[in-house]
Amino acid sequence: MNILTIDTSTIVASAAILNEDKLIGEVVINHQKKHSEKMMVAIDHLLSDGGLSIKDIDVFGVVVGPGSFTGLRIGMATIKGFAQALNKPVVGVSTLESLAMNIPCSSGTICPVLDAQRNQTYTGIFHFEQGQLVRDIPDAVMEIDDLIEKLQTVTGDIFFLGDGLPRFSEALLAACPRGKRVPNYLNMNRASSAAALVLERALKGEVSNYLDIEPVYIRPSYAEEHHNDH
Amino acid sequence: MKILSIETSCDETSVAIVEDGRKILTNRIYSQIPIHQKYGGVVPEIASRNHVTKLPYIIDEALAETGLTLKDIDAIGVANGPGLVGALLIGLSAAKAMAYSLDIPLIGVHHIEGHIAANFLQFPELAPPFLTLVVSGGHSHLVLVKDYETFEVLGKTRDDAAGEAFDKVSRVLGLGYPGGPAIDKAAKNGNASAIPFPRAFLDKDRFDFSFSGLKSAVLNYLNGKKMKNEPIVVNDVAASFQTAVVDVLVAKTIACAKSINMKTICIAGGVSANSLLREKMTAAANDEGFTLYYPEPILCTDNAAMIGSMAYYNYVNRGESGLNLNAMPGLKIGTRS
Repeated sequence: MNILTIDTSTIVASAAILNEDKLIGEVVINHQKKHSEKMMVAIDHLLSDGGLSIKDIDVFGVVVGPGSFTGLRIGMATIKGFAQALNKPVVGVSTLESLAMNIPCSSGTICPVLDAQRNQTYTGIFHFEQGQLVRDIPDAVMEIDDLIEKLQTVTGDIFFLGDGLPRFSEALLAACPRGKRVPNYLNMNRASSAAALVLERALKGEVSNYLDIEPVYIRPSYAEEHHNDH
Repeated sequence: MKILSIETSCDETSVAIVEDGRKILTNRIYSQIPIHQKYGGVVPEIASRNHVTKLPYIIDEALAETGLTLKDIDAIGVANGPGLVGALLIGLSAAKAMAYSLDIPLIGVHHIEGHIAANFLQFPELAPPFLTLVVSGGHSHLVLVKDYETFEVLGKTRDDAAGEAFDKVSRVLGLGYPGGPAIDKAAKNGNASAIPFPRAFLDKDRFDFSFSGLKSAVLNYLNGKKMKNEPIVVNDVAASFQTAVVDVLVAKTIACAKSINMKTICIAGGVSANSLLREKMTAAANDEGFTLYYPEPILCTDNAAMIGSMAYYNYVNRGESGLNLNAMPGLKIGTRS
């Protein structure tokens, strides 16, 4: 089963192709947000270097959010386009669980932290049990102090990663003595991490289709949030 | 050649299938107007959220209506600018993925050139050269269409677009969004010479527009009435404002056509559905012995059929777009990037 998964949820544009046996190829571009210009070109290279055509892809994976609203939609519209044109299933995974998959053999708690602006974070709490990713809280947008409060009950190491670290790591590490910052090269979204989850779910038949899959923004649009303020 | 085309530059999610640039097989338009109405105008983030959800459904509807499948489609056309960047990116990302998957050409289309092409869909005999007045919520341009791929902008607005002025005045009059149809309707019961709003003709030998002064004049008039506690006759304000806009549009268009000795004129874009503009432009064109074309209202609004028409001519003249095609919110007429 060949899986193509893309992630444009953050500043990183990433695409990966993998099957049950191996990761066939991956592109990770962590430089400026020009996802619309780069993504299809990257996918084209990835497929041809891997000796594949887009028609050889059996399941399309996409990181559904949370993250940059525009970024999420570029990925989502692209994946819907592939799946609609080729009549293939799709699988969506969360940006945060995908980040947690970057450090699968860690023993402790994993806390991905994305910068949600307005001094808030998109965050979740995960751990691994017998090699399987286990979610401890639902993905949420919250004040950094609320996250710190939730983490007070955690015993053992806490691994922080994600694009929220530049803004929040100081506060998080000060509040969590056993907190650790994941090294930079693992600190960003990679489509292979998402693709591993996509494959797992596709093999279990947990697939969706091009009409039903949606971005998961978590946060409503600013206009909707503030419409009733006046 | 059957082109499936996509238009998501503002708040309409539209998909069409057009044959050889001239024949509409389907033109599906999902309008988000009811969604944006309570905000008094288009909210870009909400428009984008709706585009990404609705687009695949509209594509399926377009195919179902024609009985075609994606295997029958020869190319994908898409508006990649100008417009709201987040909204454009939805149609563009989907178009790229579909063209790539189906192994057919991707064709980027300039949204305003699409509006110009709307007249090709309705009038088989129409061919360049001609002069077009493109007036919508985002644009007011006088464009000389030299041939199917050569466009020269002879005049444009220096501030607000005509449709933008309609929207703003409609809002202050409490007539709601979108302003064009609301003012058109109110004006029918008003006296157009009730209030002498200014007509900004600017430089007589040039063909640029300005509507911000007119908009301010309306606001000042309304404030003055309120200060003096005098009643406001909304229909009269609407009629007087509308006539001021239309007078300038008609005069500049006719003067521009005369200056280049062009006897064929088209009007296009959302504001070209305005009944007074159609009436006055028709009368002025008749006086001069010019031939005037304007499309039916559904082709004036943002729609994908016009994008499909222009996509055909882009493809025939310039070939396909690359996979790195980007959304260009400020794309200039006659340019590709």
